[in-house]
Amino acid sequence: MPLQSLDITRRSATTTASPHQRQTAEVAKLIDVSKCIGCKACQVACMEWNDVRDEIGSNAGVLDNPPDLSGASWTVMRYSEVEPEPGKLEWLIRKDGCMHCTDPGCLKACPAPGAIIQYSNGIVDFHEENCIGCGYCITGCPFNIPRISKKDGKVYKCTLCSDRIAVGLEPACIKACPTGSLVFGTKEDMKQHAADRIVDLNRRGYPNAGLYDPPGVGGTHVMYVLQHADRPNLYHGLPKDPAISPMVALWKGVTKPLMSLGIGLAVLAGFFHYVKAGPNEVEEEETEK
Amino acid sequence: MASLAPTFGRGAMTNHWVDIKNANVIVVMGGNAAEAHPCGFKWVTEAKAHNQAKFIVIDPRFTRSAALADIYVPIRTGTDIAFLGGVINYLLSHDKIQHEYVKAYTNAALIVNEGYKFEDGLFSGYDAPTHKYDRSSWVYEMGTDGYAKIDETFQHPRCVLNLLKQHYARYTPEVVANITGTPKEQFLQVCEILATTAVPTLTTTFMYALGWTQHSVGSQMIRAAAMVQLLLGNVGMPGGGINALRGHSNIQGLTDLGLLSNLLPGYLTLAADKETDYQAYLDKRTSKPLRPNQFNYWSNYPKFHVSLMKAWWGDKATKENNWCYDYLPKMDMGYDILRHFELMNQGKMNGYFCQGFNPLASIPNKQKLIAGLSKLKFLVVIDPLATDTSCFWENHGEYNDVDSAKIMTEVIRLPSSCFAEENGSLTNSGRWLQWHWKGQEPPGEAMDDAAIIANIFLRLRELYRKEGGAFPDPILNLTWPYKIPDAPSAEELAMEYNGKALADLTDPKDPTKVILKAGQQVDGYGQLKDDGTTASGCWLFSGSFTEKGNMMARRDNSDPSGLGNTLNWAFAWPANRRILYNRASADPTGKPWDPNRRLVWWDGTKWTGVDVPDFKADSAPSEGMSPFIMQAEGLGRLFALDNMAEGPFPEHYEPFETPIGTNPLHPKVVSNPAARVFKGDFEQFGKTDKFPYAGTTYRLTEHFHYWTKHARLAAITQPEQFVEIGEELAKEKGIKAGDMVKVSSNRGQIKAKAVVTKRIKPLQVDGKTIHHVGVPIHWGFKGIAKPGYLANTLTPVVGDANSQTPEFKSFLVNVEKV
Repeated sequence: MPLQSLDITRRSATTTASPHQRQTAEVAKLIDVSKCIGCKACQVACMEWNDVRDEIGSNAGVLDNPPDLSGASWTVMRYSEVEPEPGKLEWLIRKDGCMHCTDPGCLKACPAPGAIIQYSNGIVDFHEENCIGCGYCITGCPFNIPRISKKDGKVYKCTLCSDRIAVGLEPACIKACPTGSLVFGTKEDMKQHAADRIVDLNRRGYPNAGLYDPPGVGGTHVMYVLQHADRPNLYHGLPKDPAISPMVALWKGVTKPLMSLGIGLAVLAGFFHYVKAGPNEVEEEETEK
Repeated sequence: MASLAPTFGRGAMTNHWVDIKNANVIVVMGGNAAEAHPCGFKWVTEAKAHNQAKFIVIDPRFTRSAALADIYVPIRTGTDIAFLGGVINYLLSHDKIQHEYVKAYTNAALIVNEGYKFEDGLFSGYDAPTHKYDRSSWVYEMGTDGYAKIDETFQHPRCVLNLLKQHYARYTPEVVANITGTPKEQFLQVCEILATTAVPTLTTTFMYALGWTQHSVGSQMIRAAAMVQLLLGNVGMPGGGINALRGHSNIQGLTDLGLLSNLLPGYLTLAADKETDYQAYLDKRTSKPLRPNQFNYWSNYPKFHVSLMKAWWGDKATKENNWCYDYLPKMDMGYDILRHFELMNQGKMNGYFCQGFNPLASIPNKQKLIAGLSKLKFLVVIDPLATDTSCFWENHGEYNDVDSAKIMTEVIRLPSSCFAEENGSLTNSGRWLQWHWKGQEPPGEAMDDAAIIANIFLRLRELYRKEGGAFPDPILNLTWPYKIPDAPSAEELAMEYNGKALADLTDPKDPTKVILKAGQQVDGYGQLKDDGTTASGCWLFSGSFTEKGNMMARRDNSDPSGLGNTLNWAFAWPANRRILYNRASADPTGKPWDPNRRLVWWDGTKWTGVDVPDFKADSAPSEGMSPFIMQAEGLGRLFALDNMAEGPFPEHYEPFETPIGTNPLHPKVVSNPAARVFKGDFEQFGKTDKFPYAGTTYRLTEHFHYWTKHARLAAITQPEQFVEIGEELAKEKGIKAGDMVKVSSNRGQIKAKAVVTKRIKPLQVDGKTIHHVGVPIHWGFKGIAKPGYLANTLTPVVGDANSQTPEFKSFLVNVEKV
């Protein structure tokens, strides 16, 4: 199965045609919330494989830690104590991270050529060397995922381990998951796997169990099995009908040429400022203890 | 372990991890497998996904396990016997037991001695001043034929089944709800589901861990569940059993190798002070059959003991000197860990070796521990990490406020390798000995533990050789056959445990046929002898490293039956059996109870199947041999005879620090009457006037005990100490999530962040509202996680009456906003 092609189908702020010599199957990560115990093995595996380390933080009165996604935490567990029916407590634990939308708002919003790309297998990847740190991708994301790194001012998020997929390995989080909550394969296979899980959940008293693969963003390459698919909001505010912000559509349409002109002028002004005033002295960032 | 051996014969998980997938009902009680055993927990999700298993969690807190449960039932900490006693009462009074199994495979029909009584919370034979029972009446009534009497019609008033009914008739659903705080409807719902597995083709499995062992009645909690399983006919069955999930990757191996002060390897036992006569020592441990035609496996005790002595003292161990019996220490009392610190405090223990162990964090009442360690002359710590114990003398402000200048203890740290830096085997909960290989060299001067101990031993031996001493013989004569004397290899040690022939061994049926030549590894413990012609360092591990090689290193996961019995993956003791007591998975005629889960069966000439039969292979069903072959009567014990300290039936006793101050069943006997409490510790128990809430300690999945506060990734995922309290209590006390709170007991106090949660609800108990306060344990003053308090600053010094496992799960605290 050619999951591992790194043929690129879309690049941010670029108009040259993408290759389409080869056909690649679409991949997907399936997160079965009904099997997740919130052990954070996926978080640790993500930090290990990608060689990033968030800070040793503090406890904010919840089990969630690190408390939010960051430049060094590309996935975090979100714990929600909810009572979908009065008196019936459920502890819904959702692995949060990039959804790898078929129609990625981040890519559409990104003004930096080639900073955000989409592979033909569906993975949306950030190429940080092209990132200008403007943060438009954050506005463009309907799931509030990308984060600007405090270290280098560039934006980071889950790569779906595109480097592992490229050599036929599953993502690091999938490999680490002890309970089978995380599975990976072609999107078709994952939909079938989800269908089987939904039958089991229906039988266990969850008539509204279902697959989260929201059409508003063209479907996603990270999907959830939810016990309450009719109320995704229960899962730490997972949006019910995510769509790309109208602001992004506007930006891509009318205002983009104007904005580009503005950016061009700013760059020009910067150039003259540099010629006149010389480079900015930047203090070295405090090293981590 | 102190409960399963008396009930079934062996102190270990009856089934194994993979087998959980075969269960129809899974009960997690006295444990939190998703949190503490996330990898093994995959078999729960597997049973749910592919065996349509129902999953029940019974716990004071709505845990990570409960997050995936079909049914979560709250219970007050320390009241599991009340709950399970209620289940026994339900099963008996609703006639939901597997009759044929109970009759044939348990001691239900055996008749108990007429001196046995239970009145007002006490069993017969209690001696109040010593807090001990004379257990002589807790036995069967013996017939003139020398066997226990039996009444298979169950008419006799003192047959075990009738005594059982009588004992638990008091545990009505109302009484259960009143003591446990579990709403009656939810209790009954659990009973109904369990009852569905009384049929031969459905099974329940119980999974437990420290949530049962760490109580002053911990062993009896486990026994109560074991009795439920016997009544349901679920022991020996695939997808059944009582599954002890061990709290450490090799803690099963630790007990197997006898690293408890009263044990020798393979659950052989040390002699007491008065047992100076070798033959009497053996006779006492070589059990006599209590029913006719039984296997009575402990009749082989002398073979295992003599082989052990030959492994240790080689040619010096002879029949004439009773195989060096006099070399073995004789116990004047139990030297459990609570006793160690008591003796240190009394100034009677002056030196301490601490290997792979962080007692300052792991034993109750930190204040007492610091005082004890401070009185030592020397402390040797063998560990890969700078543990809290090894730095007990350092002042770390509020987290360890000691006066270093006043502590004279000399502390010697010997850095050891980590598990990934050495070869060896780990024995998991399911009794699998799995070999592992060194991944990299240990850093710096660190050495593996065997090399450290060998170096100490060789120096000591040299001193004894030069200077003599009172009795140097055991040290001077110890066999030390390792190629590199100061660095025995894991393989050499493993081969020594397996055992070998010291002379040519012949076939007992044909003495002309040599089955093993002198020097060859034995195939299994069946070949061990009591005449000095075999040696084995741990009979239970025989078969793990044979002439065919290292069986523990096998990695063939083929599973022809689909039941997960991968006989060629590693090695499981005993004899590579995967499910203990598996003879009981077949009916008395030798046919599997469940045609879809065929484990072992009688094929007309022998026992065979997809597991190694836990039985005498050629004993036809007609011979009437019973399946629990380690027991003298061959039966699963609903009545434990004289093997338990506080009684043959589990009885509900309150924690020593009880939040209700009484025992509704018998107010005069509140807590375990046979528990040992040292003078001074009793005075340190708290009462509800100052400490009104039920405290309980536990582990988090992000951390492993006190190691991973030294590991960056683990510290990132759970950086700072916290306690968990319910929303109702938080409101009452004006505490918001994230506030710093002080949790105090009569022994000390800690400060931590408050996690306020819906997952801990107040319970109605005996007319009172009881709040729980959850105290995760993983923080301390060493490591790279945020510094915190050792949680055992709070916990009381009292242990289970059989195992002396401390009561970490139930104590009294107060909580206040700082």
